[in-house]
Amino acid sequence: MNRMMRASAMTRRLLTRKGALFSLIFLAAITGAAAFADLLSLDPLSQDLVNALEKPSAAHWFGTDELGRDIMARAVYGARTSLLTAAGAVGIAAMVGIPIGLVAGFFGGWRDAVLMRAVDVLLALPGILFAMAMIAVLGRSQTAALIAVGVTGIPSFARVTRAQVLALRKRDFVTAVEAFGGTSTYNMFRTILPNAWSPILVQVVVLASVAILLEAALAFLGVGIPPPTPSWGEMLRTGKSFLYEAPYYAVLPGLVLTLTILSFDSLGRSLTWLLEDRHELVELNVERAKP
Amino acid sequence: MIGPVLSVRGLEVAFGSQDRRVPVVRGVDFDVYPNEVLCIVGESGSGKSVTALAVSGLLPATAKVEGSILLGGTEVIGADAESLRNMRGQEVGFIFQDPTTTLNPVLPVGRQVTEGQVAHGRLSKADAPARAVELLREVDIADPLGRAGQYPHQFSGGMRQRAVIAMAMAGRPKLILADEPTTALDVTVQAQVLSVLARRQAETGAAVILITHDLGVVAEIAHRVAVMYGGRIVETGPVGEIFKRPRHPYTAALLQSIPRIDTGNRRLDPIPGQPPNPSALPSGCAFHPRCVIGRDRTRCRTEDPMLHRVGETQFSACHFSEQTNAIGIAAQPRCESSRSEIAKEPLLIIDQLKVHFPVKAGLLRRTVGSVRAVDGVSLTVNAGETVSLVGESGCGKTTTGRAVMGLIKATGGNILFNGQSIRDLGRAGLRKARRQMQYIFQDPYSSLNPVLTVADIVAEPLRIHGIYDEMGGASRIAELFDMVGLSRTMLGRYPREFSGGQKQRIGIARALALQPRLLILDEPVAALDVSIQAQIINLLQDLQRELGLSYLFIAHNLSVVRHISDRVAVMYLGRIVEESTRDSLYEAATHPYTQSLLSAAPVPDPAIQRKRRRIVLQGEIPNPASPPSGCYFHPRCFRASARCATEMPPFEQYLRSPTRSACHHAGPLAEGGDIPTIGGSSGYRPMEAAS
Repeated sequence: MNRMMRASAMTRRLLTRKGALFSLIFLAAITGAAAFADLLSLDPLSQDLVNALEKPSAAHWFGTDELGRDIMARAVYGARTSLLTAAGAVGIAAMVGIPIGLVAGFFGGWRDAVLMRAVDVLLALPGILFAMAMIAVLGRSQTAALIAVGVTGIPSFARVTRAQVLALRKRDFVTAVEAFGGTSTYNMFRTILPNAWSPILVQVVVLASVAILLEAALAFLGVGIPPPTPSWGEMLRTGKSFLYEAPYYAVLPGLVLTLTILSFDSLGRSLTWLLEDRHELVELNVERAKP
Repeated sequence: MIGPVLSVRGLEVAFGSQDRRVPVVRGVDFDVYPNEVLCIVGESGSGKSVTALAVSGLLPATAKVEGSILLGGTEVIGADAESLRNMRGQEVGFIFQDPTTTLNPVLPVGRQVTEGQVAHGRLSKADAPARAVELLREVDIADPLGRAGQYPHQFSGGMRQRAVIAMAMAGRPKLILADEPTTALDVTVQAQVLSVLARRQAETGAAVILITHDLGVVAEIAHRVAVMYGGRIVETGPVGEIFKRPRHPYTAALLQSIPRIDTGNRRLDPIPGQPPNPSALPSGCAFHPRCVIGRDRTRCRTEDPMLHRVGETQFSACHFSEQTNAIGIAAQPRCESSRSEIAKEPLLIIDQLKVHFPVKAGLLRRTVGSVRAVDGVSLTVNAGETVSLVGESGCGKTTTGRAVMGLIKATGGNILFNGQSIRDLGRAGLRKARRQMQYIFQDPYSSLNPVLTVADIVAEPLRIHGIYDEMGGASRIAELFDMVGLSRTMLGRYPREFSGGQKQRIGIARALALQPRLLILDEPVAALDVSIQAQIINLLQDLQRELGLSYLFIAHNLSVVRHISDRVAVMYLGRIVEESTRDSLYEAATHPYTQSLLSAAPVPDPAIQRKRRRIVLQGEIPNPASPPSGCYFHPRCFRASARCATEMPPFEQYLRSPTRSACHHAGPLAEGGDIPTIGGSSGYRPMEAAS
């Protein structure tokens, strides 16, 4: 209960920042629209060639594309694609990266050397090239995009986690668990990880925006999720051919993409601020209480 | 009569926003005269450091300051940045707690010492190097010419702090502010630094404000004392009077509660409760909830007493200051009954334990040598007994404790627990053995997992061993809380909601959860407030008596050790140099290192302090990676002969005493003979210089 209260107090503090508030509202709207798109009577696939490349109107808020499909509907369903890819990619990156960081940081020595060098190799490859290579191997599909983007996110989780573990593992409460007989696995997952969640959480948010951008870039380059599944990158790609006749075709979905990424970034910054602030408070207290 | 250098009137400092203002200093008045050392004593949260920061104008902008601070005729409060800067350069010198962070690591020490003077245009750049050498010489730094060009990392801790003193004195300031200047230093080094500070103070006639929590340091260096509690000065007066006849119950109780090196057999009389938090001060007198006199009196509960004259130069802020004498009654003696029953069966035998850490260097990280952190330590702990390991930082005492616990791998030797070697045990065996012995950490702030409730923290060992339900589950946890004197209502709280002393109690409860037979206590009271230390020491003694525990007590504080131990072993550079029963070690030490340690430890009684002979050791603990030849102590030893430099002394029984000692020239201190003392008659004793 105490933890719940603390979480709600933290959320309230977070919402005192305007950037965080707007970001959360925007992201909630996008996520809601993506989740309940089926209920909105929007159809991203029905073609109406007579009314192709229409300007925004009451019937089509964002206008129509070159096949007369509703751009707003495609943007909403595109959000579904983007967010799903982002969630899956972040999940994969976290599930692989966090244990790597834990083991490397906790044991050190050869495990650290081997794991972190592997991570360095991953980091040395440009993310987009690596993702394209993976898609070339796996074929174009939602799963392939998700895995490709996820793998490029592993290094950041591994590194952030490792840094946390290094800072925590010499702390007395970790040694204490060892002293009363706790195993290394217990110590890593039950003692250190719950204390390391805050920077990892920031990483989740930051990586979500990177994943959305990367997924859009892949689609823009034509190696993302195959059409006709709507995706923001795909819309930008086709939209750019009609920039002159129908500028809103590329601009409006692009705006949604930009706002989504901005929101994630701003949320990440606010979280960092909040958590740093909290650490400062804790340290001040310790300082004061020592003789 | 010369006027005061500093005159503080009605100083009030508050932090926080308009609606939630936390008063940290609440109306403080004091004067400091030239040629005088004023010690401000207090616990954490008493407002002593904030007072000093206010005097120097260094408080953050968020602080709200009221009152008047006159320094050499200038008003500090509300002064503009430029005049504050001038004031700091010319009128005030600063000495902070940690010399490592006070000095800039990328500038040579000599340049830093005179930097301020050059910046203020009071010293020409050309003259600065010569002046730096002179200043360093004045603080007893050997080879000042060579040292002036060196960088802070090439200085040892004590030398750095002396360099900081030189820096503070560079502009011949009228006032020196020293905030806990020796807290980060070892006891023998503390003695050096304090004697340099006292000598330089007497030579320059500066006024010194020294802030400390250590009453031993106060007794050693102060002329006048101001005791702070809850943001106010509760008592002030000459050092002799304060220690002999304290007129505020807090001062009296504090003097009663601290363990002393010159007496070991009384039970400590702790002050109940916790020091108050500035954001939740008690009504009336801030001390009344903890006071034996005022606890039940309405006047103390409702009316905050003002500082009033109680003697010629002594002031006290207590409604009933004339009754404080009643507190001075002798405390009850330590319960000795169980002591006689110590079984002579050894529970823990440490045999020639060695822990060496490899030193790696070069591109290929090859091992080029080793740090002999522990180098052949043998020690026995019997059932129900307390054995203390004493030594300065870096002597290997903590490493020994951790090696016994199996937290650090031993390089050589053997550790037998209950007749069984711990070194041979596999992982499962070690887990089992660890149920029998537990470790208590120095820093209660970092030894409790911040994300668990304290009930979960105490239950964790039981859960890990899968015996939580078997041992009684939640009722067992509640029982452990009772045992360490914590309320059961606190079970669901998180560690950060507790004070240091309470956290240490939680750490003790956790260690007791598995019903161990041996506790390894690593400096368990060193991080606690003075008034809390006695509570924890008493708790440890009670638990030992009730549960028949054995303690391996690791500490640097000789007073605490004298209080709690049955036997004491003194470590120096990874070896035990002397081991004996407590009383024979404290009364008839044979090893020169033990003798210097004992003489360097300050006694919180200026009368005794003045009579004592002090051995001030030269130099500091050598690097354990390259220890001196022969006897490791010989370069600092006042008895060293040619033999000591070549031949390692054996560790053997001294005559027919219970003492074992590793010295070629073991023996009691000769009367006034062979040692370089800095004693009662030298020129900077407190009372002679008092105004």
